[in-house]
Amino acid sequence: MSTTTTAAGHGPNYDAAHGDKGHIDANSGHHDPNLAHHFDTPEQQFSTSKLGMWTFLATEVLMFGGLFCAYAVYRYNHPEVFLWSHHALDAKWGMINTIVLLASSFTMAWGVRAAQLNKQGLLKLMLILTFLGGVLFMVIKTVEYKSKWQHYLFPGYLNSLNASNTEVPGDAAKRRADTIAYVEKYKKAGDGDAHGSSLGHSANPESAEHSNATAGGNVHQPEASQPVKTAPNVVEFNNLYVDGNAGTADFAAIHPPAFSAAGINLDADKRPAHKWTTYTELQPADRAQLNTFFSIYFMMTGLHGVHVVVGMGIMVWLYLRAARGDFSSGYFTPVDLGGLYWHLVDLIWIFLFPLLYLIH
Amino acid sequence: MSSIATPVPSHGQGGSSAGVSPEHHYLNHSRGILSWLLTLDHKRIGLMYMVTVLAAFFLGGLFAVLLRTELLGPGAMFVPSDPVKTWRLYNHFFTLHGAVMVFMFIIPAIPAILGNFILPLMLGAKDVAFPRLNLLSFYIYVLGSLFLFYVLIGGILGVITGNENILPGGFGLDTGWTFYTPYSSSSSKSGVVPATIGVFILGFSSILTGLNFIASIHMLRPKGMNWFRMPLFLWALYSTSLIQILATPVLAITVLLLAAEHILNIGIFDPKYGGDPVLFQHFFWFYSHPAVYIMILPGLGVVSELVTTFSRRHVFGYQFIAVSSVAIALLGFLVWGHHMFTSGQSPLANSIFSLITFSVAIPSAVKVFNWLATLKGGSIHLNTPMLYALGFIGLFTIGGLTGIPLATLPVDIHFHDTYFVVAHFHYVMVGSMLFSFLGGMYYWWPKMFGKMYNEFWGRLGAVIIYAGFNITFFTQFIAGGQGMPRRYATYPEYFQKYHVISTLGAYVLTIGLFIVLFNWLHSLLRGKPAPGNPWGSHTLEWHTASPPPHDNFPVQPVVGDPYDMHYWKKAPDGNGYILDPDASEQPHGHGQGTGVKH
Repeated sequence: MSTTTTAAGHGPNYDAAHGDKGHIDANSGHHDPNLAHHFDTPEQQFSTSKLGMWTFLATEVLMFGGLFCAYAVYRYNHPEVFLWSHHALDAKWGMINTIVLLASSFTMAWGVRAAQLNKQGLLKLMLILTFLGGVLFMVIKTVEYKSKWQHYLFPGYLNSLNASNTEVPGDAAKRRADTIAYVEKYKKAGDGDAHGSSLGHSANPESAEHSNATAGGNVHQPEASQPVKTAPNVVEFNNLYVDGNAGTADFAAIHPPAFSAAGINLDADKRPAHKWTTYTELQPADRAQLNTFFSIYFMMTGLHGVHVVVGMGIMVWLYLRAARGDFSSGYFTPVDLGGLYWHLVDLIWIFLFPLLYLIH
Repeated sequence: MSSIATPVPSHGQGGSSAGVSPEHHYLNHSRGILSWLLTLDHKRIGLMYMVTVLAAFFLGGLFAVLLRTELLGPGAMFVPSDPVKTWRLYNHFFTLHGAVMVFMFIIPAIPAILGNFILPLMLGAKDVAFPRLNLLSFYIYVLGSLFLFYVLIGGILGVITGNENILPGGFGLDTGWTFYTPYSSSSSKSGVVPATIGVFILGFSSILTGLNFIASIHMLRPKGMNWFRMPLFLWALYSTSLIQILATPVLAITVLLLAAEHILNIGIFDPKYGGDPVLFQHFFWFYSHPAVYIMILPGLGVVSELVTTFSRRHVFGYQFIAVSSVAIALLGFLVWGHHMFTSGQSPLANSIFSLITFSVAIPSAVKVFNWLATLKGGSIHLNTPMLYALGFIGLFTIGGLTGIPLATLPVDIHFHDTYFVVAHFHYVMVGSMLFSFLGGMYYWWPKMFGKMYNEFWGRLGAVIIYAGFNITFFTQFIAGGQGMPRRYATYPEYFQKYHVISTLGAYVLTIGLFIVLFNWLHSLLRGKPAPGNPWGSHTLEWHTASPPPHDNFPVQPVVGDPYDMHYWKKAPDGNGYILDPDASEQPHGHGQGTGVKH
């Protein structure tokens, strides 16, 4: 706090604030060491500090907003890329991280309340717990990142899925196959999404291995009474994979319309065989674009992670000040502002998590 | 509204004293270099900004003169034997000129210098809301400036000497201040990453200053000063601060992504890796268009003050001027696409941006008409600040009106990237913003330093600057209309006449600016002591001594209508104005029936 003595000795509103000249109201806070000289009352100082902090949080929102905008633009333009790539992210860890951050926001809020009530021990405990929440978050983040990197999923040009990546030493094709298997790791385990490519199984011989796997896996045969034709006929045409049955009567049989002269078909959305697009079913243009998802993923979670680390630093600083006895029910502004920052970091994660991990 | 108490007649006690400069003021309040470097006093911080920002202006101007000199002829002027080297040097020159002027001069100038100094005084406060943040803001500015300048000058020295590593890490920038991709993300061998780091750092200085001003204006207004009793300069600073905090973070993420693109090839802007170069333009202009309103809004606020004071009249249409500042700030966020009409945007997007750009001209025009109405019937005093203000009104009108053809889609197809655009933005950035900056500096000079400047040389400088500026840039409208492209180091012979005239005008402008510099230096050394209120304005900063004491107001000034000047009368010794003890206690009628409520 500023300790500059003023030439006049008192603030300009001193007399107005105190009524009779010279009388110092015990509760005025005039000699309050926490009251800066340019504020009239502690309440004014506190309100101003809160306003400043909220303004700063607005700037943070705008900054992350740019990244969310980039996400939106790329997802709109390349939906298949996002739908395929996001399987690399383990929603389990994401969920745990979400809970960790929410819990740490809870402990932080509790800490602010403790400061308001002048409960020093409780405040320090809450600051430690919040800090530990940040630690746990970063540990889990590290686990996730390492798992990606082990399978050559980097941001940028080192990403093995990068179509123009010929600079990586070693067997590029082998690395790419490893990466693809990693991303598609859930394919064998479960039934994945209900939505899938209308192309169904790929007739591509390269995918014979996983064709067999899914053939044996859970195939949601619709219980509809109408017979479902065999898997659609995937052909290559002008560098795209298209459904060879498109426009034919077979197509109508495989993909029965929901509403037709025959009536409503409740099973229209049930599709044969395979549930979600595999790498080999991706269009070549999309394949070239796969690293974009991971770049955006690493940029967004990376920048967020940097903010978490900064928040952890703030917790340490607040703890040291609390240990020094700086805070009381009369002055706990830094705790309050640090809490606001931490809540924002949590809030940003709440938006990141569904957009990156849970998209469908 | 609260009734106005009787104004306190001047005591010797640092109130609105006439004549003698006070013995103790903020400049001699404490001594030693550390008392300046570690000061929390907004006035000292404002002066430190002044020194660094004016140094940046000098550097940016130097490179402007250099590049205009190169353009005197279509051949290579700098290194006649090596045209390629000359063109490369030219690219670095105009990039440095743009980057330094935009990021190191125009954006900070009025808010950081005049805003920091005057805002708390106008609020009757002792300081801004967050003095330490203010000092941090200054150091961030210095750090970012040093960084950016190092990188840029390193590139120039590298090209001149042929040794790219003459300044380690200083690889220069030849992309233009707008660093468009994909040149900046892949092809350019220049120091895009360090330069963008410098810009990133400078952005935070801007954000923190804006944050400080918003908190100050919301929370430190004195009793009796509600929003519509604030001086218009504060409305302007508030609107500027809104833009600073909302737009600058987008620049931050843009340069972060550009750096990531450069280092990691993440594939967001570079088509080679799957990116979209036009996306960069969207990101960049989403900040940079509101940024130009950061540049001009404070200037508009200064002109409101100058026009009012030197017409000795209440401003016309106060509420309209106040609200138009906020309107410009908000509408300015919606028009960024008008920089991208030829980038391949859809016609629908083009049309929408064009329409909104037309509408953003309206609040600016509102201000101009209100100023003209203030001038009419006023008692015009043609002091130096007023000359700049009057010059501003004309030049801003031209700058604004030439924005209209640029906003018109079929016309912009021809004008995009020509000298017409260059002339347009120099009319608003130099003819308007620089003029308002100089006018504001002259206006508040007595308050800041307690010294008057020489009025003759001040006026002469203003006239020479006005002449030089118009010779330089009006010619460029014509050149641009004839098709001269911007950022080109060479051109067909046909254009030479325009370039020669323009360059000579630039030399005249330089002379005028040096006259201003010497005028100021002379004032500091030998200027007459200034009275508390040399101009007779009623805003609160004039209710204290010149220079002000350390804590601004020993006696809290009484808050009233900031443009009600009838409380002041000319001092008997002819030196400025003093409070008139016979002035009626009731606020003076405003005369224009504008409906301003008490």
